[in-house]
Amino acid sequence: MGLFSVFSKKKQKEDLEKGIDKTKQSVFAKLSKAVAGKSKVDDEVLDNLEEALVTSDVGVHTTLKIIDRIEARVAKDKYLGIQELNTMLKEEIVDLLEENNSGDGADFDIPENKKPYVIMVVGVNGVGKTTTIGKLAYNFKNVGKSVVLGAADTFRAAAVDQLTIWAERVGVPIVSQGMNADPASVAYDTLRSAIAKNTDVVIIDTAGRLHNKINLMNELSKISRVMQKLIPDAPHEILLVLDASTGQNAIEQAKQFIAATEVNALALTKLDGTAKGGVVIGVSDQFKIPVKYIGVGEKMEHLQIFDRKEFVNSLFD
Amino acid sequence: MFEGLSDRLDRSFKILKGHGSITEINVAESVKEIRKALIEADVSYKIAKDFTSRVKAKALGSDVLNAIKPGELMVKIVHDELAELMGGEQVGINTKGDPAVILIAGLQGSGKTTFSAKLANYLKSKKGQQVMLVAGDVYRPAAINQLKVLGEQIGAEVYTEEDSKNPVQIAKNAVKRAKEYGKNIVIVDTAGRLAVDEEMMTEISNIKKAINPQEILFVVDSMTGQDAVNTAKAFNDLLNFDGVVLTKLDGDTRGGAALTIRSVVEKPIKFVGIGEKMDALDLFHPSRMADRILGMGDIVSLVEKAQEQFDEEEARKLQKKIAKNQFNFNDFMKQIQQIKKMGNVKDLMGMIPGMSKAIKDVDIDDDAFKGIEAIIQSMTPEERENPKLLNGSRRKRIANGAGSNIQEVNRLIKQFAETSKMMKMMTGGGGRKMANMMNAMKRR
Ligand SMILES: Nc1nc2c(ncn2[C@@H]2O[C@H](COP(=O)(O)OP(=O)(O)OP(=O)(O)O)[C@@H](O)[C@H]2O)c(=O)[nH]1
Ligand SMILES: [Mg+2]
Repeated sequence: MGLFSVFSKKKQKEDLEKGIDKTKQSVFAKLSKAVAGKSKVDDEVLDNLEEALVTSDVGVHTTLKIIDRIEARVAKDKYLGIQELNTMLKEEIVDLLEENNSGDGADFDIPENKKPYVIMVVGVNGVGKTTTIGKLAYNFKNVGKSVVLGAADTFRAAAVDQLTIWAERVGVPIVSQGMNADPASVAYDTLRSAIAKNTDVVIIDTAGRLHNKINLMNELSKISRVMQKLIPDAPHEILLVLDASTGQNAIEQAKQFIAATEVNALALTKLDGTAKGGVVIGVSDQFKIPVKYIGVGEKMEHLQIFDRKEFVNSLFD
Repeated sequence: MFEGLSDRLDRSFKILKGHGSITEINVAESVKEIRKALIEADVSYKIAKDFTSRVKAKALGSDVLNAIKPGELMVKIVHDELAELMGGEQVGINTKGDPAVILIAGLQGSGKTTFSAKLANYLKSKKGQQVMLVAGDVYRPAAINQLKVLGEQIGAEVYTEEDSKNPVQIAKNAVKRAKEYGKNIVIVDTAGRLAVDEEMMTEISNIKKAINPQEILFVVDSMTGQDAVNTAKAFNDLLNFDGVVLTKLDGDTRGGAALTIRSVVEKPIKFVGIGEKMDALDLFHPSRMADRILGMGDIVSLVEKAQEQFDEEEARKLQKKIAKNQFNFNDFMKQIQQIKKMGNVKDLMGMIPGMSKAIKDVDIDDDAFKGIEAIIQSMTPEERENPKLLNGSRRKRIANGAGSNIQEVNRLIKQFAETSKMMKMMTGGGGRKMANMMNAMKRR
């Protein structure tokens, strides 16, 4: 076990770095080109900074915010070298990422007195909700927690089958009522089963929905309400899954899901691709919600706890 | 989230209003605004830059500097340029072949499986083709089942090899089978893959070689950000695909990725996905997409959608009435019934320029019209015919009858007046006037 876990930790780290490497290279390459041989932040450097941030999906608004902060600091400190610019940039972005992002705490810990700990996973279509649930279950199980999955996506074709396969793969139980069942009722059943069996963690899958569909968003509130009949403060965690390849629309997604459901954690998936996922900086800053997990592949080992320092470091070191 | 481009441009030109004439600086300023708007719409940074320098050259070469309404002229230049870039006209898919083979490719979660089934449904029901779907995603859990379920829904055959992990062989076998069964179209769904995943990219290249498709469609999520450049280019370099499918356009994304992809690969966008149902597939309309990216709303779609529901006779009558200022509560009631038939009200409202922002926090659900209907039903036939009759005491009576209150009744009557005004603009003045009116409403 010991050997294996060391090995898998290292492997995970490699996956993460593999995922973030492309981000790092392009942003950093552009920046160092911009500051090469310069000792001051001039317009060209700022333009390049803007380009680097915008092409990472950081968005105009957040980019301007970062640039403003850097300019303000330069106005104060006057002289600026490459090294300082990098440090500054890192600091400013870290600042923008919500302070309470986890990272130092133990992995896959759950708060005391919250048993079962109920996680509801939400997001637009195809972002990676179900896959993230499989990965979460795997990780919780690995640290010795008992887990049950709730198949409350009863809408998308074969969604229940998909989650069932994940449950089998990871080796955790699943509660389902088949397709077209009432999702709130599935969630309720899952909680009841968890309570009866003294399970540690409940993870509820939900159907993908676009955030501008009021009726579907209301359905999420209903699922929460019905769960609260059994556990008044459930769901403890509402995890909004964002796809790293999504552009500025992610801000709107966050806004609408937060309005409908008290989202309190974010997961950023598909960071193993060429997409940078920079939009989470703005999301996290604007809504003060921590990014908790990142997805770096399709296998169950491909989930990482998000660490904002590490994330930003990997971008610019 | 976004400010419409018209608003932005108006603002950038306002600075000069006091100065009498417009300078090159103003143009440069407005070009900057355009660039910002494009980037916020997720157009690639570089493409936005190229695009706006072209617009700037055009603007300076045209009469913008002397125009009475420089903002509007600028919008027109931008819009026309963009619409042209999006592709002049619709391009269909090639279904000639025995059978014609269509290969579907794209990133994970972009919507390939749903689109495959929608396309099958479209070709089957609208074009009378014999379609076979092929389940080529052997990796994602239950992907095969997903396609099977959808195939059943639309009544199309689905070819699967449950135990095989070899999509190249599956695709080959499927085409052979289709020939035997006399199918004339084969649609091959494939697993989602990242452009940087060499193994998977080689696989799809091998599928292509094995089945020699008439048509390769690249499916991309319309919410895609700056990565659209890399991904579209990588897939196109490898597959030289024939067209693009833009999914999830029923969301509220600006869809700047459409412009990025058009510019990078110069392939037509052929279909758009506009919902989860099997018939939620539309042909691509370049000009509407240009409007959307620019935040100018989707008036045309709205009007078309409305037209689908009206029978012509009815529409003509209504138009006459509107023109003569005879639009009454009976018509209003009919409109409400039509709107209800058209689908999600908030989605529809969102298509009106300036409205998506205005209604963002308004809760409009299917019952939104209940109160309104009750009030109208409490009116006498004369009152419905002639809204001018509605004085204070009548309003009170109506409120009582509808189990409502006088404020609600007043609000409805005001709303009615606004709607009539709007209708008149829609039939008369076209989009711009309507947009202004909507903006005025928003500010109130
Ligand atoms: N490369 C990569 N692919 C991922 C990641 N997370 C999910 N995917 C893939 O993305 C696709 C969609 O994932 P799902 O988990 O089905 O997404 P979903 O949000 O549950 O989708 P719906 O329920 O249909 O809305 C699948 O092919 C996954 O394998 C990731 O971190 N990296
Ligand atoms: Mg799912």
